[in-house]
Amino acid sequence: MRTIWIVAGASFKESVRDRVPYTMVVFAVLMIAASYLLSELTAGQDLKIVKDLGLAAMSTFGLVIAVFIGIGLVSKEVERKSVFGLLTKPVSRTQFILGKYLGLVTTLAVNLTVMTLAYYAVLFYMDVIATAGMRASWAAPALDPRQLVAIVLIMGQLAMVTAVALLFSTFSSPLLSALLTSGLWVAGHFNGDLRQFEQVVDQPAVAWIARALYYLLPNLAPFNVRAEVVYGLPVSASHVGFTLLYALSYSSALLVAAVAIFRRRDFK
Amino acid sequence: MSAAIETEGLTKDFSVGFWRPRPYRALDHLTLTVEAGEVFGFLGPNGAGKSTMLKLLMQLLYPTSGEARILGRPAGDAAVRQRLGFLAENPCYYDYLTAEEMLAYFARLFGYRGAEVGTRVARVLDEVGIGKERRLRLRQFSKGMIQRVGMAQALLNDPEVLFLDEPMSGLDPLGRRHVRDVILALRAKGCTVFFSSHILSDAETLCSRVGVLVQGKLVASGPLSEILAFELKGWELVVGCGPQLHAELATLARTVTPLSDGHVLLHLAPDAEPDRVVGELTRRGAHIVSLNPVRETLEDYFVQVVGATADRDASGVGA
Ligand SMILES: Nc1ncnc2c1ncn2[C@@H]1O[C@H](COP(=O)(O)OP(=O)(O)OP(=O)(O)O)[C@@H](O)[C@H]1O
Ligand SMILES: [Mg+2]
Repeated sequence: MRTIWIVAGASFKESVRDRVPYTMVVFAVLMIAASYLLSELTAGQDLKIVKDLGLAAMSTFGLVIAVFIGIGLVSKEVERKSVFGLLTKPVSRTQFILGKYLGLVTTLAVNLTVMTLAYYAVLFYMDVIATAGMRASWAAPALDPRQLVAIVLIMGQLAMVTAVALLFSTFSSPLLSALLTSGLWVAGHFNGDLRQFEQVVDQPAVAWIARALYYLLPNLAPFNVRAEVVYGLPVSASHVGFTLLYALSYSSALLVAAVAIFRRRDFK
Repeated sequence: MSAAIETEGLTKDFSVGFWRPRPYRALDHLTLTVEAGEVFGFLGPNGAGKSTMLKLLMQLLYPTSGEARILGRPAGDAAVRQRLGFLAENPCYYDYLTAEEMLAYFARLFGYRGAEVGTRVARVLDEVGIGKERRLRLRQFSKGMIQRVGMAQALLNDPEVLFLDEPMSGLDPLGRRHVRDVILALRAKGCTVFFSSHILSDAETLCSRVGVLVQGKLVASGPLSEILAFELKGWELVVGCGPQLHAELATLARTVTPLSDGHVLLHLAPDAEPDRVVGELTRRGAHIVSLNPVRETLEDYFVQVVGATADRDASGVGA
């Protein structure tokens, strides 16, 4: 276990120093600020727009970070052969993969925290300058702590996407892994539609394939509670609990697969 | 003495070709034993399979067939890795860590804690001659400096068996001297060193035994003293004389090569009786600059063995 943490610590350090996360955080902060400026133009609706755009930005930039460094951490290391240095130390390949994963999830958590602080800072400012009349028209208070639920779910989603990226990067090139992961991310958001598709087709084989895909592909829609949060609608604790449990089990399954592939691999 | 490294019929096939993969045999039934405390030079031309062999020993590759044992345990054994050092060919580490940080990271993976980490890191960096650059990030390092860092990380745990893939590549003369001294010091401590190289002069000064690999097959191996009988191949004589003597020289030597400032290089046959030639020349007013015996070097041996294998293969194809 100590070994896993040492690997995680070093990959965290490395990915934080890589410029990608910095630029992404700056981007996200700008994005949130921009959404604030945009809302200035649309009086009345402003808070919803800020919240909606802000949360969307966090999830999208989180994804980009997850894909960029998630893939960099393993397949770039294999491609550049820096993996030789590590795997010839008393580090098993399993420890290597798990350490990389933990390091990356930590990087993402730090990034998301920075973005959350920026997001709440914008909301706080809006709250301060708002008149009583504007406040009355808001569906939910500006600093509504329930938004944290949405952010926690974004984190769950990112942890899952990271596991996807890690799995691909154990056997394919950095570019291919990036494409596959992004593809799966898009597919993951439309996964629910497969369910409906399954009900409307009458070919049993096609329905069966649709069902298999539904269970196999990540289902990312439940992680998106942006609309509920923005409109102040309730998000049930059980939904959050089950969704996080789903993220945990899906990620674990992917990590098991990643480890199984990585252990058999030749490093040329 | 027990064997530090043993391989038995070690074979590795790569599959080449995208549409119709065919196996390509990079290493062919290699059986080799390296005793503890030996410095073994693994020689061979480019593409012979040296790096493949080292990666198999470190279990970065899995063999197609055959097996490898290190310190009595199968290659890849986690406990044994604690006692090994490895330097890859053209090593590459983490761009965004400093040399010190990277080595501290590896030291912790070896299980060192606290102050021990710092002292070990400082010691190995001194050993390979990295000074205050150790605080720089590795992306700012030159190739040779990376190679030194690579050597440093292989020494962190005072390995019992050290695997080096072309340790001298990319190093300046001073760096080579450093590496040579490090290997000699390790040899004195009883560490087993297995290194691949095609720089034969290094192998000549360092190795107790060498193996020559050609096209994945071990074509020769043995103690350096047996491989090279130090057979006398002739004499090199440099004399200074006027041009009137040049015609005379041709009758005494196999070849005559004029050098700068009036000196002439003569190659004499092994049985040319140099005393007689020297006496003759001095009598005629030439002065002797130097006289050296020419013996067979590892390079001659290498060229001969590799050449013979290539010829055999060529005729095999023709038949
Ligand atoms: N991944 C691979 N796929 C296919 N063939 C490979 C692969 N890696 C190496 N080879 C082949 O295996 C042979 C041995 O390669 P290897 O790298 O072991 O040679 P080497 O002796 O280390 O050469 P050098 O002195 O140039 O470092 C070469 O002919 C090479 O083409
Ligand atoms: Mg090589």
